[in-house]
Amino acid sequence: MSEWQVTPRLPEHPDVLWAEAEPKASYDVVIVGAGGHGLATAYYLAKNHGITNVAVVERGWLAGGNMARNTTIIRSNYLWDESAGIYEHALKLWEGLEADLDCEVAFSQRGVLNLAHSLGDVREGRRRVNANQLNGVDAQWLTPDEVQKVAPILNISTDVRYPVLGGTFQPRAGIAKHDWVAWGYARAAHALGVDLIQGCEVTGVLRDGDRVVGVDTVRGPIRAGRVALAAAGHSSVVTSSLGLRLPLQSFPLQALVSELLEQVLDTVVMSNAVHVYVSQAHKGELVMGAGIDGYVGYGQRGSFPVIEHQMAAAIELFPIFARAHVLRTWGGIVDVSPDASPIVGLTPYAGLYVNCGWGTGGFKATPGIGWVFADTIANDRPHPLAEPFSLARFDSGALIDEHGAAAVAH
Amino acid sequence: MLRIPCPWCGLRDETEFSYGGQAHVAYPAEPSTVDDDAWATYLFYRDNPKGWFAERWMHRAGCQRWFNVVRHTVTYEIAASYPPGASRPEPA
Ligand SMILES: Cc1cc2nc3c(=O)[nH]c(=O)nc-3n(C[C@H](O)[C@H](O)[C@H](O)COP(=O)(O)OP(=O)(O)OC[C@H]3O[C@@H](n4cnc5c(N)ncnc54)[C@H](O)[C@@H]3O)c2cc1C
Ligand SMILES: [Zn+2]
Repeated sequence: MSEWQVTPRLPEHPDVLWAEAEPKASYDVVIVGAGGHGLATAYYLAKNHGITNVAVVERGWLAGGNMARNTTIIRSNYLWDESAGIYEHALKLWEGLEADLDCEVAFSQRGVLNLAHSLGDVREGRRRVNANQLNGVDAQWLTPDEVQKVAPILNISTDVRYPVLGGTFQPRAGIAKHDWVAWGYARAAHALGVDLIQGCEVTGVLRDGDRVVGVDTVRGPIRAGRVALAAAGHSSVVTSSLGLRLPLQSFPLQALVSELLEQVLDTVVMSNAVHVYVSQAHKGELVMGAGIDGYVGYGQRGSFPVIEHQMAAAIELFPIFARAHVLRTWGGIVDVSPDASPIVGLTPYAGLYVNCGWGTGGFKATPGIGWVFADTIANDRPHPLAEPFSLARFDSGALIDEHGAAAVAH
Repeated sequence: MLRIPCPWCGLRDETEFSYGGQAHVAYPAEPSTVDDDAWATYLFYRDNPKGWFAERWMHRAGCQRWFNVVRHTVTYEIAASYPPGASRPEPA
């Protein structure tokens, strides 16, 4: 049991953590988007590479996009070696993040359970456990009885439409407090000299031939030696001004919370087959989500049938949830790639770097991608862990198909 | 809940339909002559506009026919619904 389960509490609300900056005429690096990825990238640019003449420009307010809307599941139990590389790198950084940033982020390694409900699920799950172990990622296969020990309120009766046939478990996985993560990175980046500029939408990318030389914003042009995109669901919108197409479709992804309840669930439970996942946040609310809405959209609100479907699934798995009430529902816009893996690296334009396509699952990668993207920008070549995730893989066909590990799962 | 006009059955709830992504993406006419770049574009690249979008829907729980819709991806307003083969009407 972690400290959080023994004494559920939240840190005090902090004082001002960073100062608002006015855009300067030029920077060495401009990062578009102050979500988790943009902020972490700025921090590691400054810390690991000594590049501090950096601005993070944000359309809305800092970490008001998916960073504020995600359900904070952190795990590294993906199938392929390439994914294990980047997600496990991130998980290791999570394990030292509070010390590194000198701030609480409430990272709680309470484990993540991925349920299997069919023979196909069982085979996929066992295969993934084997693959994880070969990659040094902690993973176990649990029988239904063992599943029940991890989550006693879970219904493992065989008398349901999709009985639980077992599950994979990653003990080092867990959740964190997303806004604290963003604020921690913002504070640390700001302390190293990075400008954080809110209310500054990028409306175009400036170029000189095939080289990108800055961005146009609603507050005027900003010149930049290098431009790094971390705009998540709006990546296609940003690159469209260059005529650069990305293999992405943007979809609303929803989540919801119940009122505050006593602690009933000590781990994170996900089910691809019946389509829901649940954890209990530090304060006590049940946090639930499911898959993306069924059509391309930028409206930050969800489609009602998705909520209805996920609640039906939740109640089948956890009959006691029938008494809980939904307090809030919301949506964020996620950028989904054809192989359910991110796109990170160089582009056909010199000085322009992309980090997108994290879709429904990029929160867990925040420290890892910040580290790897910063290194890619600083050295103008893909970091080894980013190399397989290049935009060029859609031409070469070297896809990294994580639909099995990523589907509903975040 | 979207209410989608099927050209044959009229206005129905979104739960009756399946989604098919961007409309008017034709299979390459001479597949054997297509290079990697063009294949990648055909297979993986779709428009992703914040605005009007022509997209395919199938009336799964109804007539089971495919058709196209012009929908706004922020307001979700639907400006047109038309059978396959017809060209895209411009929203007013
Ligand atoms: C409901 C939901 C649940 C999720 N659950 C999980 C989960 O459990 N685990 C997990 O790992 N992941 C999860 N995700 C996915 C995760 O949130 C994203 O993959 C991740 O947050 C993306 O990186 P980011 O934090 O940088 O994105 P964002 O916070 O969205 O940052 C992008 C920023 O770019 C800004 N921007 C966009 N366009 C412009 C512009 N033109 N100019 C300036 N700024 C611009 C946006 O305003 C935004 O602040 C979830 C997402 C949602 C919506
Ligand atoms: Zn019909």
